[in-house]
Amino acid sequence: MTLVTDIPVVPASRERSGVIHFLVRLFREKPLGAAGGVIFILFLLCGIFADFLAPYGMNQISPRNRLLPPSWAYPFGTDNLGRDMLSRCLYGAQISVIIAFTAATLATVVSVVIGILTGYLSGKVDLVTQRFVDAWMSFPDLIILLVVVSVLGPGLPQIIFTLGFLLGIAGSRIIRSAVVSVRENMYVHAAQSIGASTKRILWRHILPNIMPPIIVLLTTRVGTVILAESSLSFLGLGVPPPTPTWGGMLSGSGRTFMFQGPWLALAPGLCLTIVVYATNMFGDALRDLLDPRMRGSR
Amino acid sequence: MRSYVVRRLLALVPTLLFASLIVFVIVRLVPGSIIDMMLSQNDVGADKLSRDQLIQTLGLDRPMWEQYFRWIGSILLHGDLGRSLWQNTPVAELLRARLPITFQLGLMALIVALLIAIPIGIYSAIRQDTAGDYVTRSFSILMLAVPSFWMGTMVMVFPSIWWGWSPEVKFVAFTDDPLQNLRQMILPAVILGTALSAITMRLTRTMMLEVLRQDYIRTAWAKGLPEKLVVVRHALRNALIPVVTLIGLQAPILIGGAVIVEQIFVIPGMGLLLLDSISQRDYPIITGVSLVIGFSVMLINLAVDLSYGLLDPKVRYR
Repeated sequence: MTLVTDIPVVPASRERSGVIHFLVRLFREKPLGAAGGVIFILFLLCGIFADFLAPYGMNQISPRNRLLPPSWAYPFGTDNLGRDMLSRCLYGAQISVIIAFTAATLATVVSVVIGILTGYLSGKVDLVTQRFVDAWMSFPDLIILLVVVSVLGPGLPQIIFTLGFLLGIAGSRIIRSAVVSVRENMYVHAAQSIGASTKRILWRHILPNIMPPIIVLLTTRVGTVILAESSLSFLGLGVPPPTPTWGGMLSGSGRTFMFQGPWLALAPGLCLTIVVYATNMFGDALRDLLDPRMRGSR
Repeated sequence: MRSYVVRRLLALVPTLLFASLIVFVIVRLVPGSIIDMMLSQNDVGADKLSRDQLIQTLGLDRPMWEQYFRWIGSILLHGDLGRSLWQNTPVAELLRARLPITFQLGLMALIVALLIAIPIGIYSAIRQDTAGDYVTRSFSILMLAVPSFWMGTMVMVFPSIWWGWSPEVKFVAFTDDPLQNLRQMILPAVILGTALSAITMRLTRTMMLEVLRQDYIRTAWAKGLPEKLVVVRHALRNALIPVVTLIGLQAPILIGGAVIVEQIFVIPGMGLLLLDSISQRDYPIITGVSLVIGFSVMLINLAVDLSYGLLDPKVRYR
């Protein structure tokens, strides 16, 4: 009877208090990073609830209100077709949120799968994969993106797919090096010696111990994919118009009208800069708190 | 040293082959419908080439492996990258005209980046935690987040509205008029360079901070050397080694950024060539440009690795 009660039971609330403790640390030690996190959450909310927040439709044309400077009715002004820039920026956030979640997650999953397999199995598979990753990384992200999109055609799924694999392969290096350092730990050798299957070791011993770099990788990827998508859209090879994207709004037909309405150039660029800045700060803070070894990387 | 160089060059071979395979596979993913699109979009092409001819020109009628070996064979043996589908000019010739322009832009951007990054990095390291340190650091982290295409757009728009000034868009080659060429390239180079300077500055600062805590720096101070000597001769040289690696790692970012800046300022370099050929779906050019870019990045990285020996006397190649 007593034997059973003697076993220390980890209460469910302990994990929760761990998260709260982490947040307190984040706010106390990294105020700028915490501010970045808050802005990032605001950005997520804007994107998710764009349909409710936007005062006008994303492509609601109003010929009488063309090229109006910012005012109370149109805080970010209107474009050459009389579309409300605030609404378009909010819908642009929606696209960025979709990209951020899908492409960054896909990229991290790809990195983790390749990183764990090559890092743990090592040997020939690792050698060949690493040469492939070398070759892959010698192409600038934007070039591979452009080439793939030129073949598959522009569109949201293509961009998500390409960005996911592109950054996934590049990021596998970071996960691999984390795996290599975890691989030689006593508990892994112990598991091997009692005959645990490779699958079990990878899943139960390696993966939980490389969570910090995985979380950091995911957060730093968010800013990268948002910027990559907007660069593509700026070059006219991203999400096709009339869907508003922050990059797309800075190019195309809007570009010719910027000289009459400079606010057209300001709003989307500011949104982009603020969100990327915030995610970078947030990612840096997380990295410093979770995985001090990675400091100075990127 | 020589055997090290030879070994590094040999190690480059599998990576180069992988790189060519990547480019080849991506571009050969062309679905059949794209062929129809090419025929319908480019009325120029439709006159010249029938569907079968186009497939034959692209070599799509042969098995994949044969296509690859034909392609890589003609590159290795004749330096032949194929011909443009629409203009019928050899791709190698187009590249020869465009490569120096992008190279010049990249080099100028790199110089700008180093001119910004290294002095500020040193300053914020030797004046750690002062107001100046915070201001310059925040600024550089901010520059990391400003997309270069936005910066470029603003440089085009605002000076034109305020002062009626806009950058020249008719490109002048360096060989024709060096001064005019430099005047034209400096703005794109500054935009590309500032984006690049942020990371370099952060690393310079971190490395300087680390080096400044070493014993030999304390010794240098103890000898009564002036600050300038301690910083430049003793600290900087050791702090710069990782910074050089970083420059190598940034080569892909530099070339990727060049694509955007070339597009904004209409500079006829590799980036613009790539974008134009993508909009025309001129696959031989797309393959050629991406291959040359990949190879250049690898060679830059090799050069960076080899330069260690010159910078760091502790490194000896065996």
